[in-house]
Amino acid sequence: MPYETDYTNQKFSVIGNRVNRPDGVDKVTGRARYGADASAAGQLVGKILRSPHAHALIKKIDTSKAEKLPGVKAIVTGDDFPDFTGGNRSLMDTLENCMARGRALYDGHAVAAVAAVDAQTANEALKLIKVTYKKLPHVTDVDEAMKPSAPVVHDWIRTAGIEPAPTTASNISQRNEFGHGDIDVGFAEADVIIEKTFKTEQTHQGYIEPHACLATLGPDGSGELWVTTQGHFTFRNMCASLLGLDVAKLKVTSSEIGGGFGGKTHVWMEPVALQLARKSNRPVKLVMTREEVFKATGPTSSTSVDVKIGAKKNGRITAASAELRYQSGAFPGMWGMLGAMTSFACYDLKHVKSVGYDVLCNRPKVAAYRAPSAPMAAFGVESVIDLLAAELKMDPVEFRIKNAAKKGTRASYGPIYGPIGIGPTLEAVKNHPHMKKRLGKNQGRGVACGFWFNFGGQTCTDLNIGIDGSVNLTVGTVDVGGSRASLALIAAEELGVDYDQVRVTIGDTSSLGHNDTTEGSRGTFSSGMATIFAARNAIDVMKQRAADTWGIPVEQVVWEEGVARAKGRQNSNLPPLSLKEIAAKSPRTGGPIAGHNEVVADGAGVSFASHICDVEVDPETGSTRVIRYTVVQDAGKAIHPDYVEGQFQGGAAQGIGWALNEEYIYGEDGTLQNAGFLDYRIPVCSDLPFIDTEILEIPNPNHPYGVRGVGETSIVPPLAAIGNAVSNAVGVRMTHVPMSPPRILKAIEDAQ
Amino acid sequence: MHIRLSGILCQATGGASTVEVSGATIGDILTSLVQKHPAIQEHLDDGVAVAVNGEIYRDRRDQVIPEGSEVFLLPRIEGG
Repeated sequence: MPYETDYTNQKFSVIGNRVNRPDGVDKVTGRARYGADASAAGQLVGKILRSPHAHALIKKIDTSKAEKLPGVKAIVTGDDFPDFTGGNRSLMDTLENCMARGRALYDGHAVAAVAAVDAQTANEALKLIKVTYKKLPHVTDVDEAMKPSAPVVHDWIRTAGIEPAPTTASNISQRNEFGHGDIDVGFAEADVIIEKTFKTEQTHQGYIEPHACLATLGPDGSGELWVTTQGHFTFRNMCASLLGLDVAKLKVTSSEIGGGFGGKTHVWMEPVALQLARKSNRPVKLVMTREEVFKATGPTSSTSVDVKIGAKKNGRITAASAELRYQSGAFPGMWGMLGAMTSFACYDLKHVKSVGYDVLCNRPKVAAYRAPSAPMAAFGVESVIDLLAAELKMDPVEFRIKNAAKKGTRASYGPIYGPIGIGPTLEAVKNHPHMKKRLGKNQGRGVACGFWFNFGGQTCTDLNIGIDGSVNLTVGTVDVGGSRASLALIAAEELGVDYDQVRVTIGDTSSLGHNDTTEGSRGTFSSGMATIFAARNAIDVMKQRAADTWGIPVEQVVWEEGVARAKGRQNSNLPPLSLKEIAAKSPRTGGPIAGHNEVVADGAGVSFASHICDVEVDPETGSTRVIRYTVVQDAGKAIHPDYVEGQFQGGAAQGIGWALNEEYIYGEDGTLQNAGFLDYRIPVCSDLPFIDTEILEIPNPNHPYGVRGVGETSIVPPLAAIGNAVSNAVGVRMTHVPMSPPRILKAIEDAQ
Repeated sequence: MHIRLSGILCQATGGASTVEVSGATIGDILTSLVQKHPAIQEHLDDGVAVAVNGEIYRDRRDQVIPEGSEVFLLPRIEGG
């Protein structure tokens, strides 16, 4: 670790400005190149044949007719993917998800793929592939899947986390328990106890850009992949492992990304494209349809959650418990565990227990979705918190403030908190003008809190200064939410140059050391840290060049506001040398000026948010309109406030869609009924109010600028905030997300 | 020094939620933990996180642990 990562309370001159985004013009003019925008000479079109069944044995795949079709250059099935996993179960799951191996595990599971000279030929070839299936019993509901009588998705799964270890197969891949104290003691002390069960349906991240890639892979094992991804280094490592390639021989370039939110952290069809390219010895372009994105990528879990909280009449919570059952699709996941870890993280609890179950179903493999698992847990917990406050006749915000976690609180997931921001976000909510706005007829207000961990990870950057003094910063974290602008601001701040002098590029995998995926709200936190150190590295070089130019020891040179200055009275005759002047002379003073840094950026700091939501519900139709929404969140230092606000607003917007409309609907036959944006409705601008934001800047002590991740936490409270608002508007507690018009009407009717 | 564990990790220590370990860095104490409970190695290979006084470290094995710190071993976390 060459530099100290501690917060230094540095004064800023560039950081915090709302500068223009560097990628804006390209994106509005269509010049930006996304996953489907790359082409190569002689490229083929890849298409994937998918299972029409929820669960089926693949008895035979006959590709003979398709192979004879003129224009077909390669066909692959599970047999074309040898096992290079070395017994790594997680890798094998990934491989099996990319291409079925003997069994189709969900509607949409890939069973074969074709590369042909054009799309028409490829589609025709898919029709000529004859797959003989034997349908097997299926299960798509999380509670049903936990029953002993449920069809078992994998006969090798034994529930982990249970003693004694089970000897029979189950759909429960693991049980995780967190907490401390004794909840029986705590509930015995309570004056009021509320217990409720909640359900949330499966949703998709709904990114606008479908998965797409262009793959080449020659007989020598060298290849390239152009792909829309949140982590091209991870994709490189994963594809190399699955296909038996040398990591260094596979170059992966990330395209512009049209949204990911966790859904582009995993490979889905990229190994298939590479294998088609290897078999055909031609470049293969593979672009998913929207239907494929819904059916065969990684939505979030559907869940079933029991929450029980007790409190004394004075408003102190005495005990809290939750059982959280998370559907992980056809492969094991960690989603129930994350739900259990995050469920009570906002509160200071003496007695708490949360148990998470990860449950397999015949649905697509679940992937992360922005603060994965936390929104569903928060829906249950924050709903019961509101019910308790009402029972105790306390203001729901005051009740939360009274029980909020603080420095020194033992988090429900284990460790003791350092300085945290949940209290300040609740105080800001309490004092926000939104809370004083009077509500009208059929309107309701809801408040909810949310927590997310955030993390940093492996990061590597290069900073090169051109002879004209312009700066090129190369980073390896994909820009999913504006990090190029933020990182340019950081480089400009350190070097003392204008923002416009810095250009940030996302380097491919051959140009930098490994960078972890842009997930966990880490992009600006971790690449920002590496950029600071790389810039300081370059400044050291420039100070040495100035010292050499002046003929003085480098110890007598300081870097201030973009210029090298010679310190001391003996040097008072030496005029400062600007970055541009030093850069211009660089060819004759030692060559290129560059800075580099590789860092494991840990210490990201946990994050909290509190949201306020007003809704109006039409009691005749059950239709809900969000009429006002406010996000309050601790961002640490907001490098580029526009982007921070954009993250807050984006999370809230996605949460609104999740809370009110979005839902995977499966038929009795286990097939997905609404795999398209017409039937799976994400919110559009006209569905949303202006989402107000308040940024709290509580510095992260583990980052030189005090930066925290901001990208995920804002999706945690909306389900609960809207649930509380709708419940207050209609006078009936809503316990099932999405709160679609039929569900609201049914809840009203049931209550009557 | 003690390291506390929760969740599925306790299964690898025979149910113990606290294990006495020695070492000056995260890497040292994880080595010490594996020596006492070899079954934890599988979880380390899959990835874990270590909270030192509430700060979560996923990868920094060279992180020095100050005297008297609370150390908590957590499952590795995925983000979106």
